[in-house]
Amino acid sequence: MGNRVLVVGGGLAGLAATMKLAELGVPVDLLSLTPVKRSHSVCAQGGINSVNDLTRQQGDDEWKHFDDTIYGGDFLQNQPPVKEMAYWAPKVIDLMDRLGVTFNRTPEGFIDRRRFGGTLYKRTAFAGATTGQQLLYALDEQVRRYETEGMVKKYEFWDFLGPITDENGRCVGAVAQDMVSMEIRSFPADAVIVATGGNGLIFGRSTMSVFCTGSAASRCFQAGAKLGNPEFIQVHPTAIPGADKLRLMSESARGEGGRVWVPRRPNDSRYPKDIPQSERYYFLEERFPKYGNLVPRDIATREIFNICVNEGLSVDPTRMCVYLDLTHIPRAELDRKLGGILEIYEKFQGVDPRDEPMKIFPAVHYSMGGLWVDYEANASGGLLAGSPKNQSTNIPGLYAIGECDYQYHGANRLGANSLLSCIFSGLFVAPGIVNWMKDHKAASELPKSLFEQAVSSANERHKKLLANQAGDENPYLLHQELGDAMTRAATVVRDNKQLEDAYAKVLEMQERSKRCSLSDTGNWTNQNVIFTKAVQDMFPVALSILKGALMRDESRGAHFKPAFSLPSLKSTDPAERRKEAEEWCDNFEANNRKFLKTTVCTWNGKEPDHSFEDIDTRLLAPRPRLYGLVGAEAIEQVWKERSAKKEGSEKKELVGASH
Amino acid sequence: MIAPGTESPKRKPAKINVRVLRQDGPGLPQYWERHQVEYEPDMNVISVLQKIAAQAKTTDGKKVNPVAWDCGCLEEVCGSCTMVINGRVRQSCSALVDRLMEEHPEEIELRPMTKFPVLRDLMIDRSRLFHNLKRVKAWVPVDGSFDMGAGPRISREEQEQNYPLSQCMSCGCCLEACPQFNKIELQRNPGETDEAFEARKQKAYDEGFLGAHAISQAMLFNSHPVGKNIASERMEALTGTGGVQACGNAQNCVAVCPKQIPLTTSIARAGRAATVYSFRKFFDR
Repeated sequence: MGNRVLVVGGGLAGLAATMKLAELGVPVDLLSLTPVKRSHSVCAQGGINSVNDLTRQQGDDEWKHFDDTIYGGDFLQNQPPVKEMAYWAPKVIDLMDRLGVTFNRTPEGFIDRRRFGGTLYKRTAFAGATTGQQLLYALDEQVRRYETEGMVKKYEFWDFLGPITDENGRCVGAVAQDMVSMEIRSFPADAVIVATGGNGLIFGRSTMSVFCTGSAASRCFQAGAKLGNPEFIQVHPTAIPGADKLRLMSESARGEGGRVWVPRRPNDSRYPKDIPQSERYYFLEERFPKYGNLVPRDIATREIFNICVNEGLSVDPTRMCVYLDLTHIPRAELDRKLGGILEIYEKFQGVDPRDEPMKIFPAVHYSMGGLWVDYEANASGGLLAGSPKNQSTNIPGLYAIGECDYQYHGANRLGANSLLSCIFSGLFVAPGIVNWMKDHKAASELPKSLFEQAVSSANERHKKLLANQAGDENPYLLHQELGDAMTRAATVVRDNKQLEDAYAKVLEMQERSKRCSLSDTGNWTNQNVIFTKAVQDMFPVALSILKGALMRDESRGAHFKPAFSLPSLKSTDPAERRKEAEEWCDNFEANNRKFLKTTVCTWNGKEPDHSFEDIDTRLLAPRPRLYGLVGAEAIEQVWKERSAKKEGSEKKELVGASH
Repeated sequence: MIAPGTESPKRKPAKINVRVLRQDGPGLPQYWERHQVEYEPDMNVISVLQKIAAQAKTTDGKKVNPVAWDCGCLEEVCGSCTMVINGRVRQSCSALVDRLMEEHPEEIELRPMTKFPVLRDLMIDRSRLFHNLKRVKAWVPVDGSFDMGAGPRISREEQEQNYPLSQCMSCGCCLEACPQFNKIELQRNPGETDEAFEARKQKAYDEGFLGAHAISQAMLFNSHPVGKNIASERMEALTGTGGVQACGNAQNCVAVCPKQIPLTTSIARAGRAATVYSFRKFFDR
């Protein structure tokens, strides 16, 4: 047996890596909780970004895509990987096009593009409203082709239980469990790639699929891998609350004139159409007369959350939600412009949104943070192709790609950039791994005892859980309790007191999770025990999210802490306003010195340890994001003058090469 | 469809009765079991099963193992959660409790698909479905993933024809409804290795009917400018054992497809292509 690589997770990132490795002649074991074609990537609707022939002629280029991504992420990313991704984006779309993705076409037969948030250009390629599904299928098909050639062996319905490391701390494989037969075995591998997506289930319900528990990343974390920026969680303003899942409702509903409202009177039980206009509170329109229902995403999310949680004006007594009302728009117009997304609402709510206002609420949507990974920059500030450091966790030989790494989206992800980061990181990691394997002894030559030891300790945990009849905790109820606590403290608005309380509570729940009693103690397709293990492993990540949020006394991107936000300017007198703007910029710079840092968490066996790490801003100097702030013009003016002065004094020095 | 101008919310039941056809493992007998869960607004069959898992108790209060089932995205794009609900094969995520109760107020009946081996309860083994995608080589045979520029120009018309076919999520509804697609379930022989058992399974699958989904995928790739370079290899599969000629034209597939994929159109295209291919092959000998 020669060299082999184990890929865990078969979404876009895992499949891209598998395909590339097989192409480079490396046999791959591909392990997944579900048949890979059913991975969560299928849920992505909008599209995938890249500079293209059209936008280029309008003044766009790769650098601008890079700049938009960094600015959108509030400068929290190390810049070389993001630069490399933006420069690869056109090539990624060309590749997916060649693989047969049914991208929408222009009348002349070119790939059609649409515009997405956070940019001025039409960069987004799309395939109807199912772009993620189409991209995933194209990669799934190529991997199936390599499977028939014997280069890929799939292990579907297998649960990754953790990495195996040798005495030098190098990852040489993994332990996993067959979810049907419950057999636990080891997979010796010269490198292991974790591509297991986000951790939305830590928040109970989210827009994510049921497998997005974060347990695989947590098992790496507990084995010594670092987490980066775990506190950064994207919450989408409009989702359809469901008893089982929160399904996304596209922003275009508001773009086409949808109005958000609640009854002015709390617990008003009247049918929405029976509530007269004067008794309706169109809170976004009243509070933001200029932008109305189309305030930026983070603001809309915060306001809807606030109106339900703090003002008690939810339209449903049993669950929090507000009305998103389209009923004033003629049916024919709705069908023409919004047909697709209205059908989703109709299908899952059993209510026609053309007749009755939709009930929506923000929902946890994407994990910007994740496993900490390294990179090696090249001379132009991009990535050095083929470096084994790229996408490597701090455990040598253990790699992370896709949503489960922390690297590309900083404090906030731009729409249609996630599909790109998944495919890019999957393709880019492969040559580095080939080089890594050249310099290391094959895992198959290592002593068997190493692997047997790992299997036996996994078996021990499994058996102990099955035998725990005296336990008094129900894993399903505990999961609900965790989700409630996390949703309350660590989503839209964050407050130190609340975070501290939640941390103590979750720490206590973690203890209780050890006393989970199973309703199924059998050893055949036991979903009860697989779920219980996933729940237990949610706690280390949940605690890291809370700790990261607690230690970050600022507001940045998706992390909003009102007590530490920089205030708007108040004065109307020009001289006074100028003074306030100067002060604002001083505070902004001081804040960046303290918090323009990557959160790094390590696991000490009981709790996460927290530290900050400097960010590589070698290409773009951080600047304030001022969208929607009162006094933005004055602050911008001061900032421009300061930047010009700085550039003058530093002339030929390299700006901010800190990594 | 709900009537326009629905005036007031309907009266809701307090409890939902569920009857589940269970099976503890492959080859074991099936048995019915009754469960009862609290009603909540906006429930679907998935949330009913989640409640059943959490309480793990029958209507009579007997402690039982939670019901096993498969699910993923919960928004009808992943294809995981197919089962037979009140006698109809469909995705359980989009099976809304309110609608089911309108049709059949007394109880909801859940059964596993019958055309695939049951692993446990509502969990079935659909590996044959993915195997059939290999038989028809459902992929574009590109040189590789290195940067070779853009793909071929595709007209809007072609895209609009192919996009619906590319939405097939391999859920298996079309196979459950098909009178020609029969269950293939093998038992492991004593002392048989994993590899030997797997090989025997693959061979049995190779002889079975491909089914509407695989035929439709073959048509999708045969119409792609580069995909069609191996069209004749796909036609070999379509004209061989278990190929398109096995279709009995019952047209059940298209009626149950949750994505409304024009499966019968694909099958008709495949049938015509198969006739042409067979003639040509005969005269080219």
